[in-house]
Amino acid sequence: MTTLSTPAPPDVAPEGAAPTASLAQRPGFVRDVISVAGRTLRQARREPETLLPPVLVPLFFFAVLVGSLESIFGQAGIDQFRAFQLPVSLVIAVTGVTRAPSVVTDILNGYFDRLLLAPTNRFALLLGMMAADVVIVAGMTVPVLVLGALVGVHFVTGVAGMLAFVGIAVAWSLAYVGILYAVALRSANPTVTAQTFLLFFPFVFLSTTIVPREQMTGWMEHVAGVNPLTYVYAALRSLITEGWQTRTLVEGLIAIVAVGLVTHTAALAALRRRVSRSRA
Amino acid sequence: MNRKSATLTSPTGGCQEVGTISAAGLRRRFGGRWAVDGVDLDIPRGQIYGFLGPNGAGKSTLVRMLCTLLLPTEGRAVVAGFDVRREPLQVRLRIGAALQVAALDDKQTGLEMLRLQARLYGMSGRDAERRISELRELVDLGPAIARPTGTYSGGMRRRLDLALALIHNPSIVFLDEPTTGLDPASRMGLWDEVRRLNRESGTTVFLTTQYLEEADELAERVGIINAGRVVAEGTPEALKRAIGADLVVADVQGDAQHAGGVLAGLDEVESVDVRGSQITAAVGYGPQAITPVAVALADAGAEVRSLTLRQPTLDDVFLAVTGQHMDAGEDGASAGVPAHSASAGMPATTGKAA
Repeated sequence: MTTLSTPAPPDVAPEGAAPTASLAQRPGFVRDVISVAGRTLRQARREPETLLPPVLVPLFFFAVLVGSLESIFGQAGIDQFRAFQLPVSLVIAVTGVTRAPSVVTDILNGYFDRLLLAPTNRFALLLGMMAADVVIVAGMTVPVLVLGALVGVHFVTGVAGMLAFVGIAVAWSLAYVGILYAVALRSANPTVTAQTFLLFFPFVFLSTTIVPREQMTGWMEHVAGVNPLTYVYAALRSLITEGWQTRTLVEGLIAIVAVGLVTHTAALAALRRRVSRSRA
Repeated sequence: MNRKSATLTSPTGGCQEVGTISAAGLRRRFGGRWAVDGVDLDIPRGQIYGFLGPNGAGKSTLVRMLCTLLLPTEGRAVVAGFDVRREPLQVRLRIGAALQVAALDDKQTGLEMLRLQARLYGMSGRDAERRISELRELVDLGPAIARPTGTYSGGMRRRLDLALALIHNPSIVFLDEPTTGLDPASRMGLWDEVRRLNRESGTTVFLTTQYLEEADELAERVGIINAGRVVAEGTPEALKRAIGADLVVADVQGDAQHAGGVLAGLDEVESVDVRGSQITAAVGYGPQAITPVAVALADAGAEVRSLTLRQPTLDDVFLAVTGQHMDAGEDGASAGVPAHSASAGMPATTGKAA
């Protein structure tokens, strides 16, 4: 192949046109997080249909489990089955509620590149979306609390206990969504990201969702013993029926932190890979 | 184009470098394939530089390296006075880019996107509103600016995408195939905006395109890329002049290869390309050459169905240096198409630079 080159003009800046002064400056980490979170919340507001399942499914589970099992558990001596089930509804309501799938959309339609072209902090892109998730999840706890009040569930720890109840739920949700962001950023595939929801089933059904751990036997008891959700349930239930149980609450928080460490490490690794300039 | 030695401007970003783009031996490999294979650039402030090439030639990869989205595998590039490898943040603060697909969030309105973009570039609320007010004319969305961008047409999306790239008043704008998929009216409207931007604010524009007409109309200087390498560079006029002042194109019935060979022997003819039944002869002065060409074709026994005198296009330049046509289709799809050239005269334009 041959090449062809003609001489370049020495300077072709248009006459009278002064060099443009860029108005850009590095906005700072907090401002980046707020900007991204604000955008994410606007998106969520325009897709209210995505918030219907997290509202309806927990109510459905509560109605079915209480309706079918309350009398059986009553005969077995468990007299506060509604209080026992309310944390299950809460966990179902908040787990997996995330804007992570919109990351896939951003990557596929090129908007993620636009974000990377700006002088934004890369971690703020992830943290901003998670901050928005926290706001949405906090909102998702309200229908469950209303449900509890309607069916007569009383918090022995009072209003402070209810706030702690919401706080633990939000923390659990935040810990769990790390894996969804990891998959979304790593795969950039909407189907794979949606299927990640299936990971929730082993967490739920190999835990104390339906019966207390002391009622379990054999392998199920052992598996539930290593399932972090078991300890989250225990912490939530203790706030309703037992009062401020420091050990139970700390165990619940340790379980959340352990899950969060794993999932958020994966999410950060996926983010690093996605924003890497060496990536093919 | 010969490889330059790495004598790029200082990476400290002095005033003189604002708005300039330079590269030396820039290469990028994906797997075992070099997508960009040794590109040198030296683009002064305020120039509209067109980068022309077929699909897969390496245009977008080059833009992504210059915009700091991709690391070069080898070589060096300095944009607005800063090294893209070592000081990407400084580069990002000074450039704007509209990449191949209009990158919009369908759930946000045009106005929300502009405001968010301003925030992401650290602009104050007052500066943001002033710039949005200035860019409203460019965006030309009317009341639709308050509607989600998912409802926009292709032209509206492209205009908003360009406005997003300009929100922070960058000194350099990269436009990666900005008119692909647009209707002719939208395409020309965007050309006008690019010219106005360059004229009024002195913004350097680095434009990639697969449309020959676009490069010809817009660019003050053109680089032609093929298979990752810059194969020609210069002003459009100089590049076209370099392959001959005029072209005589004959559509013949009969042995076109033989007729092409006969034409190659004429004093007036500088080179000949035969593609199917079409013979293209590069000549020094068309009006003088057309009669000898017609006579020679008749002598060669070729039945001439049409004989046209025209000036060279950038496609002719591309053909001369690569042996292929650009052949950009209406849908924007293009690829280097083998010309099956008999090239009885000049296979390329080496040594004919203006």
